[in-house]
Amino acid sequence: MRHFSLMSLLSEAVNAHRGWDRQWRSPEPKPSYDAVIIGAGGHGLATAYYMAKQHGMRNIAVLEKGWLGGGNTGRNTTIIRSNYLYDESAALYGHAMKLWQDLSQELNYNVMYSRRGVLILAHNTHDVQSARRHVYANRLNGIDNEWLTPEQTKAFCPPLNISRDARYPVLGAALQRCGGVARHDAVAWGYARGADAMGVDIIQNCEVLGIQRGPDGAVAAVDTSRGRIATRRIGVSAAGSTSVVMALAGLRMPLESFPLQALVSEPVKPVFPCVLMSNAVHAYISQSDKGELVIGAGTDQYVSYSQQGGLQVTAHTLDAICELFPQFSRMRMMRNWAGIVDVTPDRSPIIGTTPVSGLFVNCGWGTGGFKATPGAGHLFAWTVAKGEPHPINAPFTLDRFRTGRLIDEAAAAAVAH
Amino acid sequence: MLLIPCPHCGPRSELEFHCGGEAHIARPTNPAATGDQRWAEYLFYRSNTKGVHAERWLHVHGCGRWFNVRRDTISDRFVTADQIRSAEEGS
Repeated sequence: MRHFSLMSLLSEAVNAHRGWDRQWRSPEPKPSYDAVIIGAGGHGLATAYYMAKQHGMRNIAVLEKGWLGGGNTGRNTTIIRSNYLYDESAALYGHAMKLWQDLSQELNYNVMYSRRGVLILAHNTHDVQSARRHVYANRLNGIDNEWLTPEQTKAFCPPLNISRDARYPVLGAALQRCGGVARHDAVAWGYARGADAMGVDIIQNCEVLGIQRGPDGAVAAVDTSRGRIATRRIGVSAAGSTSVVMALAGLRMPLESFPLQALVSEPVKPVFPCVLMSNAVHAYISQSDKGELVIGAGTDQYVSYSQQGGLQVTAHTLDAICELFPQFSRMRMMRNWAGIVDVTPDRSPIIGTTPVSGLFVNCGWGTGGFKATPGAGHLFAWTVAKGEPHPINAPFTLDRFRTGRLIDEAAAAAVAH
Repeated sequence: MLLIPCPHCGPRSELEFHCGGEAHIARPTNPAATGDQRWAEYLFYRSNTKGVHAERWLHVHGCGRWFNVRRDTISDRFVTADQIRSAEEGS
């Protein structure tokens, strides 16, 4: 792997950029691996990266039905924050937030992490009380979050209308200053490049068709569209398709898959300095470095794998955006799309072991998986490598739905589910 | 937006409906004698089918009645839509 530095950029600049290598190989699958990760999204690639980097497992493969980073990794609104309510979640998302801080240096790849701050607006007394409760709970857990008055909110986000006669008056906001955005594709590419350089085989266009188990019941191999691959450890990181993959091992999951939509406007000059979200009216907006307004909509109400979703869902979000920011009402929306998100009953993820020996799962991130990418990969790598969860992901078991120890973040997530 | 074939009213816009999730998940008849895992499966575990999925819908802004459908979750096309005539069909 060619190291990116000022010197390498300068030398390639005078060489007409003829010396750059491909960022990762396209290897043929080997007959066997020590571990196989299913799904080459941000989470799966990060898992492989940390397995190789921190646990010395180099003989591993990441299998991907499509192309790497082509699912929810490339479809989200790139928002990073960690202001979740409960202690377990604060530890989990806080862990990811720490890794974001120097991820570009770690990967030698610019993921364009921008700490521009995430505002969550409060429009009524209930919003104010619940947001302030979040702020206090977060501060007790050492998570950055603060309460802003309407005037302070306006100073932080000048395009916002805080007049008292607005349809959705702004009574204040919770601000996480370390929150922001990162380039989602670059996160996948950076992890892919780093993992590949350590010998991880990233095998694209390779669909998993079956999971074979040995006489002891443990996993023995995966059948793929490119042949059988023997392995004793499988880490499933397949987001919306998790139920489908786990069914190959005979397991049902406490998951439902819904389309979650997003859209971008035509690119304009910098007009929006931060990330802004509002639970009450369901608006969710930031501006990309390219200049597009990036807007997150909600999920559809029915199970679907169609990666489309109904137009009324995006229209509902645009209604709210135009009320908060009438100046955006004439902007044209350029593209809209959906990703298939796997939602758990308590809206917290599942990262851990399964009833099948050798089979591990990282799923259930629902509408908020991107922000956790480095942390989820780091913890899932530990779990697959050691065969048991890291203390941070230990509460996020599949078994919690039997014991009743749910981590109910349904009200804490920023989008309506 | 889906065009949903209500078996009572005919095809109507999705805006009139509420999706009730997977159909045919029967509540255990004797909860006190039901183990934790079985209870968790009743409450939380779903087939989440990629393909033809059995689900319930409520025509909330129409006839107000629940009905069963089978819908392809890849194409979102409805395969069948049936009235619920008995407790078994409604479970």
